[in-house]
Amino acid sequence: MRGRPLLYTSYEDEQALLPTWTKRIAVLVLLVFLAILIPFGLVPGFRFLGEGDWMTLLGLAAIFAIGALGLHILSGLGGQVSLGHAFFMGVGAYTAAALGGPSGKALVGLGLPMWVWLPAAGLVAALVGVLVAPTAVRVRGIYLAIVTLGLVFIGLWLWINLGSVTGGSQSGRRFPNLEFRLWGEEGDPIVDLTADSVWVGVEVRGEVKTYLFLLALLIVFAVVAKNIQRTRTGRAFMAIRDRDVAAEVMGVADTRNKALAFAISSFYAGVCGALWASFIGLIIPEAFNLLLSVQFLAILLIGGLGTVTGTLLGATFVILLPRLVRDFTELLGDTAQGDGLFAGIADLVVATELDDFGLISTLPGTSPGLTVFQFNLILYGILLIVFLIFEPLGLFGIWIRIKNYWRTWPFSY
Amino acid sequence: MTILLILYQAEAQTALEKFADTTASGLALGAIYALLALGLVMIYKATQVLNFAHGALAALGAYFAAYFFVTLNFPGRYLEWAPETLQWALSGLVAIALTAVVGYVVERLTIQPMIGEPLFAVVMITIALDIIIRNVTNDLIGQATRPLKTPWGTDVVDLGLFTIAKTEIATIVVTIVTLVLVALFFRTRTGVAMRATAFDQEAAMAQGINAARIFAIAWVIGAALAAVGGIFSSLFPRSGGVTVNATAFFVFRALPAVVIGGLDSIIGAVLGGFMVGLAERYAGAYLIGDTWSFLGGGFSAILPYLLMMGVLLVRPYGLFGTEEIRRV
Repeated sequence: MRGRPLLYTSYEDEQALLPTWTKRIAVLVLLVFLAILIPFGLVPGFRFLGEGDWMTLLGLAAIFAIGALGLHILSGLGGQVSLGHAFFMGVGAYTAAALGGPSGKALVGLGLPMWVWLPAAGLVAALVGVLVAPTAVRVRGIYLAIVTLGLVFIGLWLWINLGSVTGGSQSGRRFPNLEFRLWGEEGDPIVDLTADSVWVGVEVRGEVKTYLFLLALLIVFAVVAKNIQRTRTGRAFMAIRDRDVAAEVMGVADTRNKALAFAISSFYAGVCGALWASFIGLIIPEAFNLLLSVQFLAILLIGGLGTVTGTLLGATFVILLPRLVRDFTELLGDTAQGDGLFAGIADLVVATELDDFGLISTLPGTSPGLTVFQFNLILYGILLIVFLIFEPLGLFGIWIRIKNYWRTWPFSY
Repeated sequence: MTILLILYQAEAQTALEKFADTTASGLALGAIYALLALGLVMIYKATQVLNFAHGALAALGAYFAAYFFVTLNFPGRYLEWAPETLQWALSGLVAIALTAVVGYVVERLTIQPMIGEPLFAVVMITIALDIIIRNVTNDLIGQATRPLKTPWGTDVVDLGLFTIAKTEIATIVVTIVTLVLVALFFRTRTGVAMRATAFDQEAAMAQGINAARIFAIAWVIGAALAAVGGIFSSLFPRSGGVTVNATAFFVFRALPAVVIGGLDSIIGAVLGGFMVGLAERYAGAYLIGDTWSFLGGGFSAILPYLLMMGVLLVRPYGLFGTEEIRRV
C-alpha cells in the first residue's frame, strides 16, 4: 500500500492503533523527544524545559492529561457532560491519603506503599461512580450537568467535615510521597521519585524522575483510552452519544454503558486526583471545587472534543498557559521600564506603579488593573469562547487543517 | 444573619412562634431564590440553555446598583425633592437597564454565533462568560466592600407571631410582581414566539420567527432579572454589601431550585425557590443539637442539591417540567 496511505484493505487495518509507518515513526520520535531529549536538556532551544519549574509544570500537565482522558471517555465519547470531575478527583486523593499517607495525631493514614494506594484511589473512585450512576443515567443533558454540579458541592461538604481524613477546612494535610516501596515505612524506598540520584552514570534530578514516572503512566492511560475508543465498548459509547434511542433499538444497552462510562471516567479521575495531591504534597479540601471541574472541560474543548490527541494537546496547553502569561507579563513589565515605542505600548498593558494605568498589574497587593491570576482566568474564558465559536474542533482541528494543507501541497485539494 | 440570630435569642419563643418565625424567614429567603430562578427559566425557556453566567450577571447588577445609589447617588442627586424610596428605585432601574445592556452585548458577541450548535458547547460558553464577568466584577468591586443601602435600612416589622424585615417584605412583593409579569410576557406575541423557538428552532424559523431577535430579547430580560435578583440578595439581612461570592452562593442554590420545579416551568421555579428557602431555614432551626451534629458545618449548602436529587429520582424532569418525548 506504499504511497496510498488512505487506502485500507481491511477493517483491522483501519482500526489499528498506528495505521501507517509515518505515524509509527512520528510517535516514536515524539516519545524519544518527550522521554529523553527534553528532560535531559539535549535539544538546543528546548533546554529550558528540562530545567527549574518547567519540569514540574510538564509533570502537572501529564497528571491533568490523565484526568482529562477520563472526562474524554465520559463526555467526548459518551456525550455526558459532567461537572463532577473534581468530586471524583477528591475521592481518589483522599483514598490515597487514607491508605498511603502519614498518620498523625488526628489524621488517618495507613502508610501503605504506592502500588496499593494508587490503584485503590482509582478503584474507590470508580466504585463511587457506579454508586452515583443510577441517579446520573436517569437524567440527561442540562439536568445531568446540574446533578454532577451538586456532586461537587456534596463533595466539598464531605471533605470539610471529614477532618480526620482531609485535615479539615483551609488547613489540609500531607499526601503520600511518590516513591516505590515493597512494604512498610522503615528505611529508604527502592526508588524515591522526589530525590536526586545517579542512574547508570547519569545524574537524574528528582523532578525529572517524577516527570518520567508520570509520563509513563500517561502513556499507559492514553493507550488504554485509545483502545477503549476503537473497540466495542467505545463504539457503544459513541452510538449512545449520537442517538441514544437508536442505539438502544440496535441492542446497545443504554443504562449499562452509561454507568460503565461513568465508572471508567471516575477511575481516571481518581488516579489523577491521587497523583495530583501527592505531586503537590499539601492540598486544602476547598481545592476540589467547581473551577477544577471547569478546567477539565476547558482542556477537552480547547484540545478538541472526542479525540485522544486533542485531549493531550489541550492538557499541555491549559497547564502551560498561566506560566507563559506570567513570563510575558514580566517581559512587558521590563520593557515598560525602558524607552521607545515598545516601552510605551507595554506601559499601556501593564501597570508597574501604583498610580499607573494598565490592564494587568505586576505589583503585589492592591493596585490598579487586574492581577496576573485574574488575567489568567479571564484569558481562559476568552480562549474557551474563541475556540468554541471559531474552531469547535480545538487544537486538534488546527492540526488537521495544517496536515491537510501539506498533504496536497502545492494543490489546494 | 447575625442580627436575625440575635433576634431569635432575645426572648424565649413558644414552639408556634419559632415555627412561624422560621417559616417567614424561609419564605423571605425563598423569594430571593425564586427571583434568581425566574431569570434562569426565562433564558432556558427561550434558548434551551441554562445560563451559568447568571450569578456573575447578578453580582454585576448589584454592583451597578451600589455604584449608582451609594457612590454616585445617580439619578437621586438631580431629584432631591423626591422621596428616598423613589431615588433608590430609580438607581435600581438604571442598574437593571445597564445589566440588560451587558446581557445584550454578551448575547450578540458569544451566543448568537452558536445558534444551532450542540447544547454542550453553548453551556460551556456561559461557563466561560461566568469566569470572565465574575473576575471583571471582582476587579470593579475592589478591595473595599460596597454597601448597598436601602431607604428601609434595618427596619423590622413585628407581626405578632413573627418579625420580618421591611427589605424582606419588599423582596417578596417584587418576586410576586415579577412572576406575574413574566407569566404575562409568555402570553404576548413575542412570548409565544419564544416558546416556539425553544421547542424547535428550525420549525420556528420556517414560520417566520426571527430566532436571533428572540435570543437577544431572552438574554436582555434574563440579564435584567439577574440584576433584580442580585440587588435583592445583597440587601439586609442577607449580606452587608455586594460581593461576587455572596451572590454566586445564592445562585448556586437557585440552580437546584429551578431543577426541582422543572427547568421550563415558571411556577415550578418560584415554588422550587420557596421550597429550597423553607427547607434551608427549617434545617437551620430544627436540625441542630447533638442528635444532628453528624451533619457537620455547611449542611444547608448541600441541602438543595440533596432535595433536587431526591426529586429527580422520582421525576426526571422536575415537578412541573415538560417531559421530553424521545423518538428514533
